[in-house]
Amino acid sequence: MNAIDKRRLVSRVVLILSSISALIGLLFLFWILGVLILNGIESIRWDLFVYEGAPPGMLESGLKHALIGQLILVGCATLIGVPIGILGGTYLSEYAGNSRFGNFVRDISDIMMSAPSIVIGAFVYAVVVLPMGHFSGIAGVVALSIIMIPIILRTTDDMLQLVSPTLREAAYALGAPKYRVILSVVYRGAKAGVLTGIILGVARVAGETAPLLFTSFNDNFYSTDLMEPMASLTVTIYNYATSPYADWQSIGWAAAFMLSMFILALNIIGRLIILKRKGA
Amino acid sequence: MATIATIEHEKALHVKDFSFTYAKTAQPSLVEVSMPIAKTCITALIGPSGCGKTTLLRTFNRMHDLYAGNRYEGEIEFEGRNILGPKEDLIRLRTRIGMIFQKPTAFPMSIYDNIAYGLRLQGIKAKSELDDRVEKALNDAAIWPEVHQRLKKEASSLSGGQQQRLCIARAIAVEPEILLFDEPTSALDPISTQAIEQLIMQLKERISIVIVTHNMQQAARISDYTGFMYLGKLIELGKTDTLFVTPQEALTEEYIMGKFG
Repeated sequence: MNAIDKRRLVSRVVLILSSISALIGLLFLFWILGVLILNGIESIRWDLFVYEGAPPGMLESGLKHALIGQLILVGCATLIGVPIGILGGTYLSEYAGNSRFGNFVRDISDIMMSAPSIVIGAFVYAVVVLPMGHFSGIAGVVALSIIMIPIILRTTDDMLQLVSPTLREAAYALGAPKYRVILSVVYRGAKAGVLTGIILGVARVAGETAPLLFTSFNDNFYSTDLMEPMASLTVTIYNYATSPYADWQSIGWAAAFMLSMFILALNIIGRLIILKRKGA
Repeated sequence: MATIATIEHEKALHVKDFSFTYAKTAQPSLVEVSMPIAKTCITALIGPSGCGKTTLLRTFNRMHDLYAGNRYEGEIEFEGRNILGPKEDLIRLRTRIGMIFQKPTAFPMSIYDNIAYGLRLQGIKAKSELDDRVEKALNDAAIWPEVHQRLKKEASSLSGGQQQRLCIARAIAVEPEILLFDEPTSALDPISTQAIEQLIMQLKERISIVIVTHNMQQAARISDYTGFMYLGKLIELGKTDTLFVTPQEALTEEYIMGKFG
């Protein structure tokens, strides 16, 4: 066997091995999606959006409480997480630069991003739930926003830094004060990237269960009171799926299907924005 | 000592014993540069890479102040005062002394908003006045016929040469006294380059121009005065006609003959 044949053989072996690995990864993704879609579509009914939770065996049983609860929890977490994340990212990119403090904040955020979410749940349990004396929607919101902030902060930081220094200089050269340069030129240049960060951050917290288990807990009935325990799709999936009742399990599948489609849609929108930006 | 020819015009800027050192370096990038810049003329700065011409240009609108730790000594006189003083209002200074960069720096907004940017910074809000000044600036930059039907389109839809003329229009919209050009055509094709050169020559009727260029032919074609810099020093400043034909300094002659650079 000569050298060229040997290289071709090695190349082919590596190609086959890496293709198989990629296929295995894809197989599980589509398997999960397939099982979800099959079971979810079978279980989904319009009245799931109308009725709140009911004891097993009741016909008028639905997910309204969990859907609304989920929207309130994720929505409020977004309202807290997005401004803090964007302002923090702006500070890092535009004011802290490569200073020691800036890099310290970056490192801490990176650690926070990979912190197990149940640890954050435990933290919020200690500082919010225990002093309040009971589980509450607000505790869930706090937990989710703590998870969201470092994601948005770091993407904002990265995206703002991608805006070319010359573009900033051009704005300064026209006599723009620093805040105008940031607001009108840097933010505009990084708009798509920052938006993607927000979407990915929302998608991430929308799928969280662990930090909600002992913060917002759950509620089988419709409630919009943030001071009381609040239902969420994720915890509802957990409760219904692990229950022994067939009708609850079916509703659990429907909830899992809705949540997955929502997160899938958010992720696809996020990628599309990135693609569009690269194409521009 | 450098050979400085007598300037027959009024002075727009006067650099006096100016030295500059970048942050975190000990070696100064500019050493005791003294040079007058003539009003309503084009002054070209030439010299090999790293000679300090862009560094000098960027001190005229104090771009170096955007980055911490840069040090300078000496004076630069503009409108009767030293613009290196600690109390200099940099925002006002930069509206009086505009700058065009090597690569076009169109902002990510519409063509109209690009031009209106500087005007809005000056507090002009009335739509009619903005419309008039935007049109005038685009006309003065000889790009109005190409863009007047798509003012609301993103500036990034323009070609590189058009974007560069857009940036010139944006800079002249705020009616500066001086315009600084940092190798404005080095990223452009020959036809766009010619358009920009013609434009610069028209602008000198009312604006004093300093242009850094790598291209000696460009300096010879368009400038009234040329300064040759080498290793952070101004070697010679003369009328362009004279400097390229009978340079006074041996170094200048070697450089324009192409013996180094």
